[in-house]
Amino acid sequence: MKKLSQKIYFGLIMGFLYLPLIYLIAYSFNDGKTSVWKGFTLKWYVALFQDSQIMQSLYNSLLVAFLASLFATILGTLAAIGIYNFKGGYRTVVQTVSNIPIINPEIVTGVSLMLLFTMAGTLFGFEMGFVTVLLAHIGFCTPYVILNVTPRLKRMDSSIYEAALDLGCSPIKAFFKVVLPEIMPGIFSGMLISFTYSLDDFVITYFTRGSKFQTLPIQIYTMTHQRINPKANALSALLFVAILLILILINIRNNKEAEKSRA
Amino acid sequence: MKTKKTAYPYLLWMLLFTIVPICMVAYYAFTDAQGNFTFDTFISAADYSQVFLYSLWVALISTFICLVLAYPLSFMISRCDEHKQSMIIMFIMVPMWMNFLLRIYAWVQILQNYGPLDTLLNFIGIDVTLIGNSGATILGMVYEFLPFMILPIHTVMSKIDNSLIEAAQDLGASRFYVFKNVVFPLSVPGIISGVTMVFVPTASTFLVAQYLGGTQFMIGDVIERVFQSDHHTGSAIALVLMVVILGFLVFMNKFGDEEAVGV
Repeated sequence: MKKLSQKIYFGLIMGFLYLPLIYLIAYSFNDGKTSVWKGFTLKWYVALFQDSQIMQSLYNSLLVAFLASLFATILGTLAAIGIYNFKGGYRTVVQTVSNIPIINPEIVTGVSLMLLFTMAGTLFGFEMGFVTVLLAHIGFCTPYVILNVTPRLKRMDSSIYEAALDLGCSPIKAFFKVVLPEIMPGIFSGMLISFTYSLDDFVITYFTRGSKFQTLPIQIYTMTHQRINPKANALSALLFVAILLILILINIRNNKEAEKSRA
Repeated sequence: MKTKKTAYPYLLWMLLFTIVPICMVAYYAFTDAQGNFTFDTFISAADYSQVFLYSLWVALISTFICLVLAYPLSFMISRCDEHKQSMIIMFIMVPMWMNFLLRIYAWVQILQNYGPLDTLLNFIGIDVTLIGNSGATILGMVYEFLPFMILPIHTVMSKIDNSLIEAAQDLGASRFYVFKNVVFPLSVPGIISGVTMVFVPTASTFLVAQYLGGTQFMIGDVIERVFQSDHHTGSAIALVLMVVILGFLVFMNKFGDEEAVGV
């Protein structure tokens, strides 16, 4: 970016991406409910932390994200290993079906699961809630784990595993000592993606949550739908700071690793 | 490691939570409330064909704007040095990590009547309604999905070697000729995945039009509304949406393959 015109263009796009966020954060300190500036206040932050419903949905979101990413990682890693050993056409079919939750419009996935859970609910006598949300989240997270683990398996030299067996390892021990360390980066990034997607999901949760179970995105929806709520601004500001910190930490870690591999 | 068995739990999972739900959507779409086979659901669904076409139109315009904005930007970024590139890409991704409802809610606040932009425009004598129309919906979509266009195009462009461009220039190619015969053909795969990643979620998105578009809903909003009272017609609309989106993906995929052969 040498020319001035390029710098201006870059600045305009970055402004477009960041101004709405800056606006949200700035107005979280506004002592008034409208866009007229009435002076600095922290009362929305206080109100946010005193709102037990919001705190409960934050806890629910973290719990679902933790459990969904954990189960999706186990299910997906095992599936990736099994699918890796499938042959030809069969493998293509399984991989295609596995990708359906990724390529299908979210709203279709949402309503299809709602139909399933409603019918199963009337058959077995349960209502949608925490469990159905968790199942739905595991469902859309697992394909991402498979997509992250499979390339690692392909890149791995399978003779290392055979060597371990020849040297007297049991298959289970050889898996934990040889295969797992090789595919670990893929498992880790799959888990991280699952966690963030689960934490952020609105559409699929909306259709599978029933009437009582609340997650943070659902709470944000109730707070902001058809009205202005400064507590949502305060929440945005806190989320923004958290995201920025996490990304900077990841970036520092990546840079350190890059330096290590260069040395 | 040589076992296929580890994939079996996931095969069962896919059957229960991917295949069965989609079959249920299809079943509901072709039956009435008594469970008899019917096409009437599609006749009721045809009432919403205007909304459907409107959604595709909004998706088309938004995708086009994203492409026009992202293409030069991606090229500019790809000509920076590597460390700077990863920094810029990180800053483009930060807003993506923010919950999409909060980002749309930021635009609601900015565009609302008597909001900052409205006040500013009134001050210089321009009196327009900024919110509650297609323009606001498209703005929201572009804001939401612009990074999905920048990232894939940047990925392919960062692989274009500067010496390739210099070689073409040394051989006497004009700037336009270099672009048409070197840069553009090499960037086509990025354009295709960018267009796919913006068009599909835009066409099927839910809530953005409710927040910004006033009464002009999109097909995702309609599916949710209809599902509240009539699962059968709702399923018919969802099924049509799914088929259209899958058709689009197959088309883009084929297009991509042919282009790749041509290069």
